[in-house]
Amino acid sequence: MTTPKDRSDMFQGYRGPARAMLEKFTIGVWSEVEIKNDAGSVFTGVILPRNETCDDLHVVIKLFTGYNVGLAVDRILDAREVGYRKAVYKIPEKEFPYDPKKKNVTLLGTGGTIASRLDYRTGAVIPAFTPGELYGAVPELADIANLTTRKLFGVFSENLGPENYKALAAAIGEEVEKGTDGIVIGHGTDTMHHTGAILSFMVQNSPVPIVLVGSQRSSDRPSSDAALNLMNSVRSAAECDIAEVMICMFGPTSDKYDLLHRGTRCRKMHSSYRSTFRTIGDMPLAMVHTTVNEKGSHFEYISHDYLPRDKTRKPVINTAFEEKVTIQYYYPNFNSDIIDALADKGYKGIVIAGTGLGHVNRPIFPALRKAIENGMTIVMTVQTLWGFAQMYVYDTGRDLLELGVVPLDNMLPEAAYMKLCWVLGQTSDRETIRKMMLTPINHEITPREPHMGYLIMQGGLPEVDEFICKHWK
Amino acid sequence: MIQRIDYDAAGLISGLEVHQQLLTKEKTFCRCPAGLYVDSHDGEVLRHMRPTLSELGEYDGTALMEFKTKKEIIYLLNKSNVCTYEMDDTPPFLVNQDAIDVAIELCLMMNMDIIDEVQIARKQYLDGSIPTGFQRTAIIGVNGCLPFKGRRLTVTHVSVEEDSCREVMNKGHQIVFRTDRLGMPLTETVTGADLRTPEEVRDAILLCGLVARSTRHVRTGIGAARQDVNVSVRGGSRVEIKGVAKAAYAVKLVHNEGIRQVNLLRLRDLMHERGITKSDDIRKTAVDVGDIFADADLGFLQKTLGASGKVYAVKIEGAAGLASHPTQPDTTFLDELSGRVRVIACLDEQPILLSSERLPDFANVHRYRDRVRKRLKVADRDDFFIVWGPEADCLTAAEEIRLRFVDAAGGVPKETRKSLPGGYTTFERILPGPDRMYPDTDSPPTRVVPERVERLRKQLAPPPWEREKQYSEWGVPLETVHYLIRRGGVETVEEVVQKTGVDGRTAAVEIGQRLKALKRAGIPVERLRTEQWVQIFDLYTDGRIPREGIRAVASVMAREPGLTADAARAAAGIELKDASEWRPEIEGISFDGYVVHKGDSAARRFRYIAGKATRMLRGRAPARDVVSFLQEKLGVRS
Ligand SMILES: [Zn+2]
Repeated sequence: MTTPKDRSDMFQGYRGPARAMLEKFTIGVWSEVEIKNDAGSVFTGVILPRNETCDDLHVVIKLFTGYNVGLAVDRILDAREVGYRKAVYKIPEKEFPYDPKKKNVTLLGTGGTIASRLDYRTGAVIPAFTPGELYGAVPELADIANLTTRKLFGVFSENLGPENYKALAAAIGEEVEKGTDGIVIGHGTDTMHHTGAILSFMVQNSPVPIVLVGSQRSSDRPSSDAALNLMNSVRSAAECDIAEVMICMFGPTSDKYDLLHRGTRCRKMHSSYRSTFRTIGDMPLAMVHTTVNEKGSHFEYISHDYLPRDKTRKPVINTAFEEKVTIQYYYPNFNSDIIDALADKGYKGIVIAGTGLGHVNRPIFPALRKAIENGMTIVMTVQTLWGFAQMYVYDTGRDLLELGVVPLDNMLPEAAYMKLCWVLGQTSDRETIRKMMLTPINHEITPREPHMGYLIMQGGLPEVDEFICKHWK
Repeated sequence: MIQRIDYDAAGLISGLEVHQQLLTKEKTFCRCPAGLYVDSHDGEVLRHMRPTLSELGEYDGTALMEFKTKKEIIYLLNKSNVCTYEMDDTPPFLVNQDAIDVAIELCLMMNMDIIDEVQIARKQYLDGSIPTGFQRTAIIGVNGCLPFKGRRLTVTHVSVEEDSCREVMNKGHQIVFRTDRLGMPLTETVTGADLRTPEEVRDAILLCGLVARSTRHVRTGIGAARQDVNVSVRGGSRVEIKGVAKAAYAVKLVHNEGIRQVNLLRLRDLMHERGITKSDDIRKTAVDVGDIFADADLGFLQKTLGASGKVYAVKIEGAAGLASHPTQPDTTFLDELSGRVRVIACLDEQPILLSSERLPDFANVHRYRDRVRKRLKVADRDDFFIVWGPEADCLTAAEEIRLRFVDAAGGVPKETRKSLPGGYTTFERILPGPDRMYPDTDSPPTRVVPERVERLRKQLAPPPWEREKQYSEWGVPLETVHYLIRRGGVETVEEVVQKTGVDGRTAAVEIGQRLKALKRAGIPVERLRTEQWVQIFDLYTDGRIPREGIRAVASVMAREPGLTADAARAAAGIELKDASEWRPEIEGISFDGYVVHKGDSAARRFRYIAGKATRMLRGRAPARDVVSFLQEKLGVRS
């Protein structure tokens, strides 16, 4: 047994009076202790690291019964170490089996919660990743494909940025070059649709599926959606016929099947539901099941207008990215100062999420005019998410067109943002920018909206309630 | 087979885990209404559960076992009482502070040390009873005790936790739950293993119930309080009997569990005598014998084979005769085997499992038995079992049968058992260990400052033992005190005594005992508020109504809300008259109508005449005065 003084991490998260108490009794994090307080209560258990956002007046013990309690340090009369046991939080690691008859799938890791463990210092969930760990956690994966993994970075999805997108695109190119049958990208869900959009532009003409996957309930929970999402995404990478950048997440909130959404047409629509990702203004590409249908397939294709898998095809990788671009969500009382400030700061592009058919109020017109004249690109999307920017309908819209604002039809604001970054990274020629923005690369603009592309059912209506009763939520 | 044991000699010990729903408006971790139960649903969700790692890095045994069962779990939702939190599609909101307050009150009543910073933990349950796969729970107090039979019953800890779903159906690989109860705040009171007899267990359950009721902030009614009873004998293991709905049921359950453990220890000794001590000593062979039973006249096998299921024979070497070893009274080890097969392999088609020794009576049963013996090379020292159902489940069952014998070689396995009617129990799951608990990263800790504890201590109602003392000084029977605490009448009695000056015994007996009778007669006396009781007792202490009029006025007021006590008195026709007015009426009272039969006696005759007189004078004369007048008149001694 080491003596407490040898341990470098003995005060993790503890400061002030709490730390002084630990020092006084020569105990620390992971010490097995017996603590007596001023009421004569005796607590035996392991001292846990303290979340740094918590106060410095308590020490947290995991009792041997499994419960955690926080003890006020000013009530502690005596404490002594009876043992030391550092937690090794490890997913049982087993070697991932190789089967020459199965397809080879590469899993690229970016962080996120697809397989994870807890970090006690911050209370955060930390990813666990190697094929062995994944096999230990989701052994069913071995029945689907041979898996290799490559950890690119370990950041939460809100911290992903241009450098990460470039690294991802480059890594995809390399893995395709090595002959993989499909790529899965483990990703936090918050900005998954941003990544889905940018990769659709940076990696074109892919010979194999590129599937983004994550989980809405972290895999440290028994009810997590992670395992099913992981299985279905690996299945899609290995066997699906659609060689596009896609998002693979729960269809309903029940453990039934996943949906494959096009990277450019998808959006996270609920802060916590499992079925949060929805294709907007169109239908999803396919449903993925863990079991086969009567035709022996795991897939039900909804769309037939997609780029089919073809391993002879060479991908085109273009990682251009201009960072001086922003999205502005328009609201009444939006002040033109904002446009001026952005122009002053050297911004090269603004995606406006306008009201209605793509509108902003007249008082900001002069600022827009000035910015465009000085070379800024301003594009218009709709904050309604569904529907087209149709700016020739009303005078306001027509005047905006005249100012040089580019209407992006039914391109989603986030997709428009990523595309504008990508386009401005390549050219500053106004006409080229306009042409590139308006020429769809992968359905970020669609010519027509099917009537079932917009379905937000309203609970409480008799027919909707009847439907909900008959189907898995 | 033993039916009796000396609990002391067997070293029987028992402790309680009492679950009590708290009376809060909202649930524990969301803002849904608490206590709103429904029988219909307007949506369904389907989920599965996978085991996860605990913070100290190991899979929990129970967790793995439950995963083996691979159940499809269906949750029935109703928008009136569940939101996206219960269906695990929204993280928890901050813990309900009212629930923490009630738990602190309960702790204070049991002399506990309140935890300074309450930490929410997750306790894994993969049986599906909670959609997240874990129950959020937090210790509120530790180190308490209750006065119990002249000694102290230790209370190890009290925690606040969210209640689980109600099971609607459980068959094969599918289990259905209703979610209305899910998330309701509960306290769990855990006592030390200080109880020594089944009767003590019963009495301790009753005491815990009285303590909870004394806080006035707990729910009552069916399912509002449920207890788990832990039992072990010397050399045995802790077995948790779940869901003991009534204190009285505990007596037989604890007794039977004691017997079961003593018997299992004997079975262990028997196995050791045969040289079977460890897992390797117990070998099994499982073979598909569907062809042998293809024409057997057994409905459940034909049904299985017809549905392309399998019939498997499982040979366990060296196990001859063990399956018929007794366990609970009138039960054998075969029942232990079938419990595990039913729960873990999801084979629940009755009779679940056949043993070679107890094959049902069907045509040519001997021939089938011999064929299986031949096929599996079953020697005289071996035994075989038959299971049926989907192939994968049959194979799980075969291994589970072997594992149960392995456990038997070790004595009594630690397990959770479900209580059944008649005092019997059946296997529910392996007893979970501390590894299934880990911190809830979604919830911040709650600091409980000393001022809060002191505020709650000040408003704390008296604990039951103080009331027992006070009421017994008044001469109130113990049973009545307990009834009043359980039904929430004590505050009323105390206020009536204080405001009207009536003696405590009269108030307690009239409000407690007599009301029980009115309630049974279907009169909604629970409607009466304390102020109304004060009015009624005012009439009594003012001499406006006789003692028997209390009940009559109360029943009128209960039936017709809005009446004052005096109006109710008038409506009941009660108007006390001076003795000089009513005495003449019964001067000449006769024995007309008295039927003489065998048990004739002077006392009986007096009862007849007194009854007749009181009926005549009801509402005008106190019954007590009428009786003493007649006693005097007829020369009967009281
Ligand atoms: Zn709720």
